[in-house]
Amino acid sequence: MLLNIQGHDTYCYTGGKPFNPVLPTAVFIHGAQCDHSVWILQTRYFAHHGFGVLAVDLPGHGRSKGTALTSIEAMADWLLALLDAANVRQATLIGHSMGSLIALEATFQAPERVAALALIGTAYPMKVSDALLDAAKNDEQKAIDMVNIWSHSSIAQKPSSPGPGFYVMGGSLRLKQRISAINPAQVFYKDFFACNAYANGERAAQSVKCPTLFLLGKQDIMTPPKTTAILTEAIPHGKVLKIDYSGHELMAEQPDAVLDALFSFAAR
Amino acid sequence: MSDPKYLGFDTLSLHAGAAPDPATGARATPIYLTTSYVFKDSDHAASLFNMERAGHVYSRISNPTNAVLEERIAALEGGVAGIAVASGQAAMHLGLATIAGAGSHVVASRALYGGSQNLLAYTMKRFGIDTTFVDPRDLDAWRNAIQPNTKVLFAETLGNPGLDVLDIPKVAALAHEHYLPLMVDSTFTTPYLLRPFDHGADLIFHSATKFLCGHGTAVGGLLVDGGTFDWQQAYEKTGNFAELCEPYDGFHGMVFSEESTVAPFALRARREGLRDFGAVMSPHNAFSILQGIETLALRMDKHVANTRKVVEFLTAHKAVVSVSYPELPSHPDHALARTLLPKGCGAVFSFSIKGDRAAGRRFVESLNIFSHLANVGDAKSLVIHPASTTHFRVPNEQLAASGITEGTMRLSIGLEDVDDLIDDLTRGLKASQKGV
Repeated sequence: MLLNIQGHDTYCYTGGKPFNPVLPTAVFIHGAQCDHSVWILQTRYFAHHGFGVLAVDLPGHGRSKGTALTSIEAMADWLLALLDAANVRQATLIGHSMGSLIALEATFQAPERVAALALIGTAYPMKVSDALLDAAKNDEQKAIDMVNIWSHSSIAQKPSSPGPGFYVMGGSLRLKQRISAINPAQVFYKDFFACNAYANGERAAQSVKCPTLFLLGKQDIMTPPKTTAILTEAIPHGKVLKIDYSGHELMAEQPDAVLDALFSFAAR
Repeated sequence: MSDPKYLGFDTLSLHAGAAPDPATGARATPIYLTTSYVFKDSDHAASLFNMERAGHVYSRISNPTNAVLEERIAALEGGVAGIAVASGQAAMHLGLATIAGAGSHVVASRALYGGSQNLLAYTMKRFGIDTTFVDPRDLDAWRNAIQPNTKVLFAETLGNPGLDVLDIPKVAALAHEHYLPLMVDSTFTTPYLLRPFDHGADLIFHSATKFLCGHGTAVGGLLVDGGTFDWQQAYEKTGNFAELCEPYDGFHGMVFSEESTVAPFALRARREGLRDFGAVMSPHNAFSILQGIETLALRMDKHVANTRKVVEFLTAHKAVVSVSYPELPSHPDHALARTLLPKGCGAVFSFSIKGDRAAGRRFVESLNIFSHLANVGDAKSLVIHPASTTHFRVPNEQLAASGITEGTMRLSIGLEDVDDLIDDLTRGLKASQKGV
């Protein structure tokens, strides 16, 4: 589905069914240098089990036009504009990595628009190392390799994503390369810059009143579970689930565990 | 964090796609000889059928043993997905049929394995898919053969029978200029000697029967999606590949390019091709091929080392007219081979002896170690005399046009002691020259 947001065509995957704003809405927000397809083994189920699904491509990512935004605050503002354009009054926001910060900040900016909040592979502050920032700016393929290697806990994910026979690390590598090919304007660096610079996380988290779920990969070395402490302490009513046999790419590494946790949370 | 490093080829050969069996702890990949898989409940069943969840439903579509093999070949090739099928021919057919249909056109190298030639020239043509065959070394011929309905460019990494080395970077660039993918048959090179995706190819298939299995024990094919080709962009530019970029009535209106940004080809190949054509690989064969891949690097090094010594021997032998192997300076693709195939040009090659068909028959029949049969890529050394077997009805003039003489032999060099192979060939060459 295409929506016009802030003057640009914006793509949302709707889970294989037309989007219906009358249904409870689940918005899925991807991380740095990714697109909607990272959610394939969660979104399709949601769309066929009573939810309206909007899995966005952020500006400048995948099929969405416009330039990549450079701050989490601007991305949150854009996300709220997307809800307006889709005629969605309130939604469950589900974000991964950078997307989790966008969901958190959007909840801070407009708490009445957020029915529930799910933060996957999150951390605050989401510091990006100088080496990774430098690679993203000057040698994007190196940055892609660094993130791809550090984001996966295994070379044998089962049942694999999007299904048996697919090599998860290969798919993740090609997706990040494709994002670069579609938009060569240093999307990765802008995304990392935004994550690194975001300074409102603790304040935003302290404001969260809606039901909140943290999904963390036990083997995640990009956003290790311990780096979520500021957020989990600021949202004491938040439920924390640590998923075994998963690094940072939880949705692909443990698709069923992530889906089951998200769906039982969103459909509670 | 330390500097990032991907796991090496040998490690991936042993581990990619495989983990100890969660049910039993078995370290080797079990052979899941089961047709079907029990659903947890009705909702689980429905979600598997609708691709809302990943998992196994029926072994024609996927199987846990096959999945290990598929993920392993994808890892070794640097791709996003593998699909295990019944044979190399089935892999080629699945690759073509996923993106081509009646009214489509293929541009293919004319230096192909006979089975591939037959599939394109006769069988696919019967289903409305036409092919233009071109000299693989002639870039203008590739370019001039492309039509608005062309769906794919296709060649072997090492062509048949002369081991033409495909200039993958140039042919891929040409394909991409026209928003077309390049598919290659990489059977002779395997990912150990050449990784075509690194050079621009988009789809790879193997007859896994050959070096990947390596022991002449199982027939199988593997199709690999590199995840490199932007099908959506090609669709928007040319209108081609609606199969991947428009709703598919055969699967609830699924748009494969929306489901997966990088692997819509593999999704459709499995969800349509395996489902409907049904050329599935037996998990027993998948296990045999996995066993072979575990030692692929070791075997290919020995295959190449033995081949180099045999080539050196034959080149110097007075009964030998010519040897066609890209590592020889006399081969027209010698320079390209040094660039693309630094680890070696494989273990299958042709050479010609002095004399007529009878001389060829005497040569073959005098060999003790080389087995006379129609296969390549076995651990055991193999030989075939085209003029008295595969091409026995072909007149001499037509043989010549195919680059074959009455004395042409094709060898597949195995893993035996190379001195024994050379002794065997010496015996054969001596016998062949009686009366010449």
